[in-house]
Amino acid sequence: MKARSTRGKIREDSAVAKHAPAEADTFPKLLIHNARVRGDRVAMRHKDLGIWQSWTWRQVLDEVQTFSAGLAELGLKRGDKLAIIGQNKPRLYWAMCAAQALGAIPVPLYADSVADEMAYVLDHAEITLAVAENQEQVDKLISVSDRLPKLGHIVYDEPRGMREYDPKRLIWIDDVQKLGRKRLEHLTESKAWMDGVIAGQGSDLAIILYTSGTTGRPKGVMLSHTNVLVSARNGNLFDHLGEDEEIIAYLPLAWVGDHIFSYAQSYAAGYCVSCPEAPETVVEDRREIGTTYAFAPPRIYENLLTLTMVRMEDAGPLKRRVFHYFINFARRWGEKILNRERVPLYARLIYKIGDVLVYGPLKNRFGLSRIRIAYTAGEAIGPEIFRFYRSLGINLKQLYGSTEASVYITAQPDGEIYADTVGKPNLDVDIRIADNGEVMFKSPGVFQGYYKDPERTGETKTPDGWVHTGDAGFIDAKTGHLKIIDRAKDVGKLSDGTLFAPKYIENKLKFYPNIREAVAYGDKRDFVCVMLNIDLVAVGSWAERNNVIYGSYQELAGHPLVYDMIAKHVEEVNRSLAGEGPMAGAQIRRFLILPKELEADDGELTRTQKVRRGFIAERYQPLVTALYDGSKEADISTEVTFEDGRKGKIEARVAIRDVQTVPVPAAMGKAA
Amino acid sequence: MRAPTDSKIAAGDVLLAIENVSLSFGGVRAIRDVSFDIRKGEIRAIIGPNGAGKTSMLNVINGFYTPQKGRITFKGKTRNKMRPHDAAAGGIARTFQNVALFRGMTALDNIMAGRTLRMRRGLIWQLLRFGPAMEEEVEHRRFVEEIIDFLHIPHIRKVQVGRLPYGLQKRVELGRALAMEPDLLLLDEPMAGMNLEEKEDMSRFILDVNQHFGTTIALIEHDMGVVMDLSDRVVVLDYGVKIADGTPAEVKSNQDVIDAYLGVAH
Repeated sequence: MKARSTRGKIREDSAVAKHAPAEADTFPKLLIHNARVRGDRVAMRHKDLGIWQSWTWRQVLDEVQTFSAGLAELGLKRGDKLAIIGQNKPRLYWAMCAAQALGAIPVPLYADSVADEMAYVLDHAEITLAVAENQEQVDKLISVSDRLPKLGHIVYDEPRGMREYDPKRLIWIDDVQKLGRKRLEHLTESKAWMDGVIAGQGSDLAIILYTSGTTGRPKGVMLSHTNVLVSARNGNLFDHLGEDEEIIAYLPLAWVGDHIFSYAQSYAAGYCVSCPEAPETVVEDRREIGTTYAFAPPRIYENLLTLTMVRMEDAGPLKRRVFHYFINFARRWGEKILNRERVPLYARLIYKIGDVLVYGPLKNRFGLSRIRIAYTAGEAIGPEIFRFYRSLGINLKQLYGSTEASVYITAQPDGEIYADTVGKPNLDVDIRIADNGEVMFKSPGVFQGYYKDPERTGETKTPDGWVHTGDAGFIDAKTGHLKIIDRAKDVGKLSDGTLFAPKYIENKLKFYPNIREAVAYGDKRDFVCVMLNIDLVAVGSWAERNNVIYGSYQELAGHPLVYDMIAKHVEEVNRSLAGEGPMAGAQIRRFLILPKELEADDGELTRTQKVRRGFIAERYQPLVTALYDGSKEADISTEVTFEDGRKGKIEARVAIRDVQTVPVPAAMGKAA
Repeated sequence: MRAPTDSKIAAGDVLLAIENVSLSFGGVRAIRDVSFDIRKGEIRAIIGPNGAGKTSMLNVINGFYTPQKGRITFKGKTRNKMRPHDAAAGGIARTFQNVALFRGMTALDNIMAGRTLRMRRGLIWQLLRFGPAMEEEVEHRRFVEEIIDFLHIPHIRKVQVGRLPYGLQKRVELGRALAMEPDLLLLDEPMAGMNLEEKEDMSRFILDVNQHFGTTIALIEHDMGVVMDLSDRVVVLDYGVKIADGTPAEVKSNQDVIDAYLGVAH
């Protein structure tokens, strides 16, 4: 570098800038590469005060570099862990790269976790510095900071309301960057920063992601730069993703999905990531951006569909008829057209008309007009929901992945889409099915281990690099795709030996917009029972139309007419199960509707909104007992946690209903 | 975010002084010989049982009622008779006990309405929608967007106010009052009809407004917990008479106040 360059800017002829992407084996190196080859392309957007602000790759590099140098000034060094807590904001993403440039390891946390949960991770990860989005997160950090002797400075993004805090400990990102700029003015320091980046290697730890886990304490999954980068690059190759993609970042930073899609793949392909204005404005913001690539857990798609169906019920009769006619038409032909199968001309014509009248406007509403590839992952999606989106011409695909794999295990290639599979092994991924039916994989994305937990690392990862997924599945002979039945430990048997896959039954139930959550029991029992949560929006709208009066969620959930309606859904599920060979024996005999919504704050759902079946069984022990002893009703008293952390009590008498099952020949459904 | 409009009054000085004010409607004596002051930068609560004359007091302050007796000094100037729009122009904004918004307009337009007094271009320019009027509009819009961000309501920016739940309407109303950049903000029962979570949100907004914009706030509130947490000083009225004035702690231990709230016979 020439002496004239005092700011530590990356010059075109510098050693790092010459790295070809393949040699850019860490994210900071990749950022420098992007700033060089596509410096004027937009890398990041954020809607602020109603206007989209954008940063080019070159600007992002400048922001990251000053931020990084500022963090170094605050004492962050190689091997340190930096916590990142908040929603999707550009500067929180930059914090990741800023830490990585110093050889420090970012540890993103779920923004909605309560202070206690946060304290465990912060302590376990030995966090020395934290970047928090706003006052809310800072308050949580401060409330547990006396338990965290290692935690030093807290850096915050939003200055609002922060005046009364200890200025020695708390520091605004702008001020950190000022420190950084000053530090980089010294030639030795800017050179030292660059040397630090060059010293980074693909085998270095890139990130630690704590998985919420359905049981036990969260585990810190350690991923190296190579793990994340190779996985991201393979993902880009698999779907031909380039620098023209547009995505919106709205999923938790701590989730591996968001880390790959909104960070790693963007750095690897050079595409632009947009951060929404607020969590509530995501749908509108997505529509404004016109995303081409999307990723969401099934819940998001379910919610969109529920909202649409409910709104359509309130529409005028003409609109409703047009809507239903074309939706039914799309069910029949839409997927075939999307899969480029042979379709009669008249069907194509009517589909075109439907596209103008219904599908187009609907896709626009969803913000999915320009979508090229949309993935659903994290959990199984209801087949009906899956087909609904595809029939509208949205290329929704399934993906199977895990944090331990840096996401990608299998994915559906374009044109090979089935509602009940999760696709073929991704590039460089090997799959095998263990003797007990468990799916195992091996790939360049395989994690380094759980942080400070060699015991559980050993349980999950074999010495030769195969990883247990904990899911039971099989390779479909016809398509070569992987099919997942359920969690391996959750697949059970009724006392007469009939196969019982709770998730499978729950997903069938959750397909109905009126049912928000379902928990099925049956393992080592005589028959199957379910506990349900109604969906307040859908059932509330139904109640309005049917003159059902209610004062609270609890009252609505216990209403006899609601029970009648839900019973019909359950019976339909039974009819559907009856036609499915091995599942036919596990039909639902009895059900009840819970008087409160299952909540992550009460520990009933994981932070990624999966039901914790065992915990719920303990918590609602009297109800489970009553389901199996034939009672017509049961009393329950349980504690609830409000959003602000205070606790209250709910007491209720819950009715239990018997439902009809469809008789199946005795020979069927029994395990051989 | 802005420079105070009147730099003559420093924080801690008296912004508004009420001296020996009495107000009656026919034979009903709503306020009797009440004196207190509001200092710049503080949160001042006016409390009292039902019918104590709290809202009347607020109406006197913002010029809706003219008291028969007494003197009101605002920003160092004594005023006798004034109308609400004079009060607004003079830097007093308020929200109402029952929400008073333009229900058919969006949240954004409602808050923009709060900027009307600060728009200088005439009707003709406004209609043309270019040149100086446009520049002015952009400038005001930026300020309004900051308020929208401040109150966490970007998602309802373009939603008709009539379709919003009550708690959000209250927030829009606060936004409109803030858009005036008032020297004194009057809040008439800002938490009325709210659930606990909404109350906590609103409390935080009131504190933030006070801290961030430096706005002096006078509020009427029934929820004692809220009042004690929020306010710097509290004045207590009962049957139109001032029975206590001081810090929340002082007021809480005042025997007259306790009697008034527990209902001792008069």
